[in-house]
Amino acid sequence: MTAEQAPLILVVDDYEDAREMYAEYLRFCGFRVAEARNGNEALEHAFALNPSLILMDLSLPGMDGWEATRQLKADDRTRHIPVVALTGHALAGASEGAKKAGCDSFVTKPCLPDDLVVEVRRMLNLSETEPPLKTDH
Amino acid sequence: MTTLQPARSLSRAKVSSSHEPSRAELLEYYLIHHEDLARCTYASLEWLARYAGTKRSMCLVADHDAGVLMGVAGHGVPSEAVDLFTWPLSDERDPLVAALAAPAPVVIQPGRVDGQVGKATPATPLGAGPFTAIPLRGVNAAEQNAVGLLLLRPGAASSGDISWLATVLGQKIDQIRGRGSLAEEVRQLRRERALLFTIVNSVTDPILLTDTEGRLILANARAEKLFAATEEESEGRRRAVELNNMLFSAALSRTAVEGQSEARELLLVDPSEGSDLLFEVLSSTVEDPREGTGIVSVLRNITDLRRATEQIEENYQRLRMLEATARAERDRLNLIIDSVADPIIVTDPVGETVLMNAPAEDLFTVPGDAPDTAERNVQSNDAHFSSFISGLLLGETGPGEIRRGEIGLANPMSSEPIPVEAIAGKVQSESGELTAVVTILHDRREALERAHLYEQLKLGSEELQARVQAATAELATQNELLRRQAIELEQASRLKSQFLANMSHEFRTPLNAILGYTHMLLQGVAGDVLPAVKRQLQRIDSNGRHLLTIINEILDITRIEAGKMPIQVTDFDANEIVPEVMAELEAVISRSKLTVTPTLAPDPPFVRGDRQKVKQIVVNLLSNALKFTHQGGVDICVSAEPGTQMVSISVSDTGIGIAPEHHERIFEDFRQVDDSPSRQYGGTGLGLAISRRLATAMGGRITLHSNLGQGSIFTLAIPMEAPQ
Repeated sequence: MTAEQAPLILVVDDYEDAREMYAEYLRFCGFRVAEARNGNEALEHAFALNPSLILMDLSLPGMDGWEATRQLKADDRTRHIPVVALTGHALAGASEGAKKAGCDSFVTKPCLPDDLVVEVRRMLNLSETEPPLKTDH
Repeated sequence: MTTLQPARSLSRAKVSSSHEPSRAELLEYYLIHHEDLARCTYASLEWLARYAGTKRSMCLVADHDAGVLMGVAGHGVPSEAVDLFTWPLSDERDPLVAALAAPAPVVIQPGRVDGQVGKATPATPLGAGPFTAIPLRGVNAAEQNAVGLLLLRPGAASSGDISWLATVLGQKIDQIRGRGSLAEEVRQLRRERALLFTIVNSVTDPILLTDTEGRLILANARAEKLFAATEEESEGRRRAVELNNMLFSAALSRTAVEGQSEARELLLVDPSEGSDLLFEVLSSTVEDPREGTGIVSVLRNITDLRRATEQIEENYQRLRMLEATARAERDRLNLIIDSVADPIIVTDPVGETVLMNAPAEDLFTVPGDAPDTAERNVQSNDAHFSSFISGLLLGETGPGEIRRGEIGLANPMSSEPIPVEAIAGKVQSESGELTAVVTILHDRREALERAHLYEQLKLGSEELQARVQAATAELATQNELLRRQAIELEQASRLKSQFLANMSHEFRTPLNAILGYTHMLLQGVAGDVLPAVKRQLQRIDSNGRHLLTIINEILDITRIEAGKMPIQVTDFDANEIVPEVMAELEAVISRSKLTVTPTLAPDPPFVRGDRQKVKQIVVNLLSNALKFTHQGGVDICVSAEPGTQMVSISVSDTGIGIAPEHHERIFEDFRQVDDSPSRQYGGTGLGLAISRRLATAMGGRITLHSNLGQGSIFTLAIPMEAPQ
């Protein structure tokens, strides 16, 4: 199984600890990972790398996650990419706003890396035991 | 003196009532017994009327000394006309004069007479139309001229009776004339008669002479107007005359029957005007040896007198009535004045008291047995009142004006001061002269007392008003304060919710990293870890999760308070919840070493509600049961209750239990049974508060059966079909 075959996950989060944590664990689980710190970077990477899935934190400096999702979903090149929204805001309406912007799934922080990977696999229609790149420890 | 020209009615009555002796005897009786020319001729004419049917007749006698024909008797003609009739003998061509020399009766047409002789011939009293003149021959029938003429109407009447009577009468007249100077006798007689007539006629009162039978013998001119009417006169007048005759006869007969000669009243009709005439009848009986007994009645017209009397009577009655009215008015006035509670005093223009009512008497008169002080008080009252009145009388007020003043009087008996208001008005006559002064005294004590009370009331009212105003102002201030506080409170509440929401987010971000990295370390992402490190990492993970629970609960209660807790209703099987909850709490269960026994409903009990919230509630109930139970076990039981259309999930434990008095308290925010800082059990105390609110929001409820030391049963009931 080559690295090219592993799905590429674009992790968008301005909070470095969270972004790197998820990125590290996704890599640990066999995914390829790209990172973006804000909406603009997310759009650039999405167009350039054509990731299999985007993990999108919604509260971002500059262009926020909602706007970035809207633009991704408005573009033919990126419309097919599933977007999983990540947010620490648990108040009512947060998930509604995310769905409206075009997000395909919604995950509330705190979210354990393990749980996130479960959601990523679900969105990519992969079974739990079918790692893109299984590394034994 | 002429006789007797009776009214037609009386004349008729006379005819009908008389019996009839032999006519010759009767005439003889008259002629033999009457030596008087007038009576003789009158009787003859009466006889003719009766036996020959002559309606009008007249007897003339020639007075050659005077050279005239004189009327001596008449029948059916006015008596005075007969008396005054004279006719000159000088013209031999005159038909009457010629008739004297005629050998037989002559019919004379008055009109033709004029035409033939061209001489004015006044109509005889017999009236217009032809009449017969029969010469009356004396004893010596050969003598050329007759002694008189008998004039008869109608003209054509001639019979044996008439010629026989003419013969007899002529001889009788001649015989009477032979005894003396006819002329002298007749002249004398005529003068007397004329005088008498003049006198009688000049009397304005009607005078009548009747016989005892009521037959009219003589009437003066005034009486004839009332009691006589000829056929030529109007129907109305004749009826009136007839009525008058009847009334008079009746009055006379009453007099005769009652034998009274005093005055009586008689109401007659004026034949010419038709008006009522009231007469007083004075009748007196006259005795005449030759004529027999007669009744003279004098009628005095008292119509005006009666009218005047009635007027006087009426005026008198009116006067009486006015007097009575005036008396009643005065009585009423007195009553009114006396019934007025205020003293009223009427004084004359010089200030003397004319009248006072009872209340005034109490002030200005001294009772007989009064003490000296009463006397002094009354004098003092008098002086005060007099000075007030003199002020008015001195002209300080104009006419019609009212003077008001205050006088300090005193009760004569008790000497209690009585302040009065005096109101006085002048009474003036029509000419403007002052006739009286009326004064009313009004006791002012009550008014003063009232004024005093009013003043106090006003003061009290003002004070009250001031207080009310102050209170109102205070209230307004308080209200404003409250309003501001409410706004501030609202702002604070909003800020709190916002703050908690923000804090929740801020807490989650680092907690996310802590839990994430701990998890990764435990997963061996960074390589294998020593068992001791792994145990320590698990403590970090456990405490991190606990912290997350606390943060979530605070967020939940904030969302519920802000009304922002989303409820997502779906239909789901309540049985599914139990294993999920047990899986979630598996670590806690295993650590507690308690047995958790699930009992599910035999048929899948479908409910309508927020699946996540139901699960959250059951997790809370189970974790509570595990926390407060030290030995024994926990049962989770799901059952459907078709009767109430509810599904209940109950969690029973064998723990410490809750005293009944704390059953409500544990559902309040941030509460546990033990609130002390040194409490034994951890937790925010928000779990049950949130659970109950969530249950209520889904149309369900949480109930508790528990007692201290006997374990607890918490039961969540949710509707099979949640309300819309």
